[in-house]
Order: sequence, then structure tokens, then C-alpha cells
Amino acid sequence: MRIGIVCPYSWDVPGGVQFHIRDLAEYFIRLGHEVSVLAPADDDTPLPPYVVSAGRAVPVPYNGSVARLNFGFLSAARVRRWLHEGAFDVIHIHEPTSPSLGLLACWAAQGPIVATFHTSNPRSRAMIAAYAILQAALEKISARIAVSEYARRTLVEHLGGDAVVIPNGVDVDFFAEAEPRPEWQGGTIGFIGRIDEPRKGLPVLMRALPKILAARPGTRLLVAGRGDEEEAVASLPGELRSRVEFLGMISDEDKARFLRSIDLYVAPNTGGESFGIILVEAMSAGAPVLASDLDAFAQVLDRGAAGELFPNEDADALAEAAVRLLADPARRAELRARGSAHVRRFDWSTVGADIMSVYETVTAGAAAVAADDRATGLRARLGLARD
Amino acid sequence: MTATLIWILVVLVAIGLYLSWTAGRLDRLHARIDAARAALDAQLLRRASVAQELATSGVLDPAASIVLYEAAHAARQAEEEQREVAESELSQALRAVFADTQQVEGLREAPGGEEAARELAEAVRRVPMARRFHNDAVGAARRLREHRKVRWFRLAGHAPFPLAFEMDDEPPAALVERVA
Repeated sequence: MRIGIVCPYSWDVPGGVQFHIRDLAEYFIRLGHEVSVLAPADDDTPLPPYVVSAGRAVPVPYNGSVARLNFGFLSAARVRRWLHEGAFDVIHIHEPTSPSLGLLACWAAQGPIVATFHTSNPRSRAMIAAYAILQAALEKISARIAVSEYARRTLVEHLGGDAVVIPNGVDVDFFAEAEPRPEWQGGTIGFIGRIDEPRKGLPVLMRALPKILAARPGTRLLVAGRGDEEEAVASLPGELRSRVEFLGMISDEDKARFLRSIDLYVAPNTGGESFGIILVEAMSAGAPVLASDLDAFAQVLDRGAAGELFPNEDADALAEAAVRLLADPARRAELRARGSAHVRRFDWSTVGADIMSVYETVTAGAAAVAADDRATGLRARLGLARD
Repeated sequence: MTATLIWILVVLVAIGLYLSWTAGRLDRLHARIDAARAALDAQLLRRASVAQELATSGVLDPAASIVLYEAAHAARQAEEEQREVAESELSQALRAVFADTQQVEGLREAPGGEEAARELAEAVRRVPMARRFHNDAVGAARRLREHRKVRWFRLAGHAPFPLAFEMDDEPPAALVERVA
């Protein structure tokens, strides 16, 4: 099958959506499909052979932060050319509501279009204003995928219609077979995420840490992620700061080894999560998980059966649960076993097959993707367009 | 006077273009519904065929075979008005026959059973997908058709008002459950 995938965010900036698309594309290529990914990228970034650059993304203030987006005539022309040259059987657009490549591709294409909605952001003000235009473009999508039941609910509420739920994929064996590192073992709590992003919840964990250390003085907290380390520990009493180790950004291999080594993975995120891929990675590596009870997390953890949940932003509850788990190896072993069995449904072999089912369902009884020339402008409308 | 006339003309042309664009949108939605309906029919037919094949293969016990055969046969023969009911009954029959994991294990162990089980699992997984995509398209078309501009100017022409396909498509849990 010839598959075209549209990535809305810069290929050179690491992010969940980009990784998902990379893994998905490589999975299908391994199965012998032809895959082309259209993504914004600087012209001098080295790209894998299956990625086509749609030009540099421009930083624009959008939706409360600065987003790097692609739009304008040049990008639209590149999208058109890519569609024309690719002659795809199906195109798969990620995040079609972001005013970037996804929307442009939706606008320019006709034929079987599959779209994945990753975020569960409430509708932004810009989107309400652009609703009429957006609706006309989104109507072309033949199949919608939401990454979680939570994301699906947001989608149904804000855009109407329906979607199938297919979770994000993880290479479970990559994590399950990683080699633990001795220096990260022995009474360790792990945290991975941006240090200076409050929504990732490190401040909540820092508030809980004194209580955890009071009950179990041998505990160490290992933090992997970018950000200001001084600021992160500022709220801790001086003598406790040595119990926190910062590892900075770590590679994928180290991430797997990290998750294999720790005794407890804590995800204190306070919001803005629509899936929680890191929890799946932690469970794949056999790390017991303690997470805040966000909708998305509760779903990934099977309502608390595959990992423990604590009330969001409640540092005392977090401390109490962490102390209890660290003192109870039997419970941790149970969580490990349940987690490892539970994550099989997130493995790429399952997720990829489901996505392929969606492609095959929409391509059955439909023509291939083409550039949509029916409504390109006044000339076509008035019958003046050349054929 | 001429200026007014020109303005009226411009406004009329603009309205005309907008209506023509809307009609184009509607046409595209109807085409999408047709494609989605064709895909749904294909998946339903495939599910019924696999079920019937299993029922006649002698892998299942006689009682289960009869239940499955009856339901699959009825689903394939159903008139358009009874289709939703017949397909729902096939879903119920499949759930009853493959209620426990033992039955599924038994099927997998039989010669050629592994492939049949995989095919059936794929079919029961795809029916709800195809149905959701179809009803999503129907919903989008209905929302647009209920709009004043579409009703007043009869932009939908003679196309029938699209209907959702409602059925019980819950797959048998033992069959789709994936334990690696």
C-alpha cells in the first residue's frame, strides 16, 4: 500500500507526535509498504529517506504559546506537489486541527483520508472563529482515530462526529529487554520529563519528597529531562538536595535502561495529557507506576489495575502511596507482572495492525488520493480552469 | 443607478458562488457516505462469510454450529429493513458461541483453525470501525443538510436523507482479547 503521512510539527524538534509518526512509518516500511512522511524541517537538517521536507516552520504565537507552524502559498504548493507525486492509496494526517500542514493537506487532498487526533485541548478561540472553514476541511476525513477514550470524548464534544480509539504504540520488547544499570538501582524513584514545565508535575513530587525521605531515608530520586536543576530543588531543605540526582536529557537506550533499573516510576503530571506514553514505556520496562489520576492516565493504567493512582496535585497522598509501595516488594512485583501483561495491547504489532485495518477499511470502495482540483478557486468554479 | 445595479449583481454572484461551494461540499459528503457504506457492507459480508464457513467446517460442536449457521445465513439473506436486526443477532450469536476462551482455544488448535480464528477476529474488529466511519459521515451530512441555506435552496437535490446504521456490534471478548 502507498501511504502518505503528514506530520504537523517540525521534524527537528523532538516530540511525542513526531516519535509516533517515525515509529509508525518505520513499522509499515518493515512490512513492505511504501511510506512517505511530509513534515516541516529546516533545509539543512538531515532527514531519513522517507521524510519529505515541507519547508521551514515559522514560529507564531498560537493558542497561548509559540508554535512552529507551516502555512502560506509556498507550503500549500509543496503539499500539492507531494500529493501529486506520491499517488497515495491513503493519507494519514496527524493533528488536523492545528493550523499547519495537517489542515493544508486536508484542504488540498481528496480520497481516503485518515486523521489522528492526539491532543485533547479544549477548542481554542481561533478554532471557533475558523470553525466554518475548518468544518469544510475536516468533512473530508473518512476515518478519525483518537489516541484515547478521553481524546475521543473531546473530539466528539467539540467537533461532532465520532472516532475509533487506537492508542499510541510502544516497542514493548525494546524496553523489556534493556539492561538495568547498577548505579540507578536500589531504592530509586524515577521521573522523566521537562523539569521546568509545571504541568509535568515535578513540583508536586518535590513537595512530597521530604515525607518520603523521612520514612525511607535511603531513597534516591532520579530525574531525567531538560530544565533548570537549581530551580527545581529550590523548595527542598539543603540537606535533602543530595538525594536528588539529575541526569539531563537521556538517549532512548538510556531511557529504557533507566526504566528497567528504578524501583518506582512516578508520573505526577497535573494536566494537559491526552495519552501518557511514558507510563506505557515504564510498564514495558517492568517499572511499577504511581501516577496522578488524570483521565488519560487512569485509562492507560486500566483504572488503577496496572499501576497505582493518587489524587491529582495531592503531594501528601503521593508521599503516602510512594512510601507504602517502596516498603512492599510483593505489591511492586504484582504491579510489574500486571503492567507487563497489560502493555501488550500497546505494542506496535497490535497498534500497527489496527491502524492498517483502518486504512484497509477506508480504501475498500474508494479511489486513491489525489490533489483536490474541484474547488481550487474562482477559475475552476467559473469553468475557466485548464484541464 | 448603474452603481447600485452593479453592486446588486456582485452580491448575487457572491451568493451564487457560496451556494455552489456548499453544494460541492454536500456532494463530497454524499460520496463519502457511499464509500463508507460500501466499506461497511464489505465488512459485514466478510464477517457473515467467515462465520458461515466456521459453522459448516465441523470444528465447532453441533449446537454451536447450528446457532452460528442460522445467524450468519439470516444476516446474509436479510432484506434492507431487517438488516440491522439480523446483523445484531449475528453479533449476539458470535458472542454466545465464543463466550469463553476455551472455545477459542479449541478453534485455534483445530487444523486450519488458527487462520480461521484470525480471520474472524479481524472481521469482528473491523465491523465496528466501518460502522463508526459510516455514521460519522452520515452525521456530518445531516448537520449540513439541516442548515437553512441547504433547505431553502434545495441544495441536496433528490439525494435521500442519510440514515445511520444502528446495530449491536460488540465483538466476542475472548476472540479479540490479545494475550501475547
